[in-house]
Amino acid sequence: MAEPMRIRATMAGDVADVKVLRNHPMETGLRKDAKTGQLVPAHFIQDVTATINGAAVLNADFGTGISKNPYLGFKVKGPKKGDKVVVNWVDNKGDKNSAEAVIG
Amino acid sequence: MNALRRNVLKGAAGAGTVAIAVAAGLLKPTQAMAAWNKAAFEAKNVGDAMKGLGVAGPADSKEIAIKMPDIAENGSVVPVEVTSSIAGTTGIAIFAEKNGTPLVGSYTLSGGAQGYIATRIKVAQTSFIRAVVNAGGKSYTAAKEVKVTVGGCGG
Repeated sequence: MAEPMRIRATMAGDVADVKVLRNHPMETGLRKDAKTGQLVPAHFIQDVTATINGAAVLNADFGTGISKNPYLGFKVKGPKKGDKVVVNWVDNKGDKNSAEAVIG
Repeated sequence: MNALRRNVLKGAAGAGTVAIAVAAGLLKPTQAMAAWNKAAFEAKNVGDAMKGLGVAGPADSKEIAIKMPDIAENGSVVPVEVTSSIAGTTGIAIFAEKNGTPLVGSYTLSGGAQGYIATRIKVAQTSFIRAVVNAGGKSYTAAKEVKVTVGGCGG
């Protein structure tokens, strides 16, 4: 499941605009497989954390209502160009992924 | 040297126990991750979900802006942007009121993060999308309706 994640961080004035996109099925556990008629087990991202230069800026909990291939955008005041943004995700099966970007 | 060795052994044994507990199904990964608020996310209505988050009677606020389409042709991907102009915003939660489990996402902001979250959510049917903002120990709310022509939670 370690599919690539896309992350971009740009400064707009004194605010860093961070955008993250990850490939993930985000299965709710309520959808039936069209072929087998069986419920597709729930598989969704639950916990997302973001840090800038090691300091936490965002901790997000997701439910099953977040769309497939989740997009997340947030803004942080204070960082400078060249600072490092790291975003980590954990899903309900324990799969993890992480991506980092330098603010430009 | 001995003390160090002992600590290393102790650490290894500790980690091993957790792994065994997980393998035996005693500890599901979801339970091991205490951060995820199961009660709130599995609540079937907005009131229970708010209770799970510890929110009670949020005040209506015009300082919360919800930006999203008025009509969503495809309910499985509805872009939503929540902006809170309330000073000291530390948390944003998003609810789709008529979804089976209304709480969609809960965000905790810190370290200079602005009162802004952009995401894309599933909306089962025409419904109000509600944002609840925590600021300075109080909670505020705003809602906006989205009309859905094809639901986002079916198969």
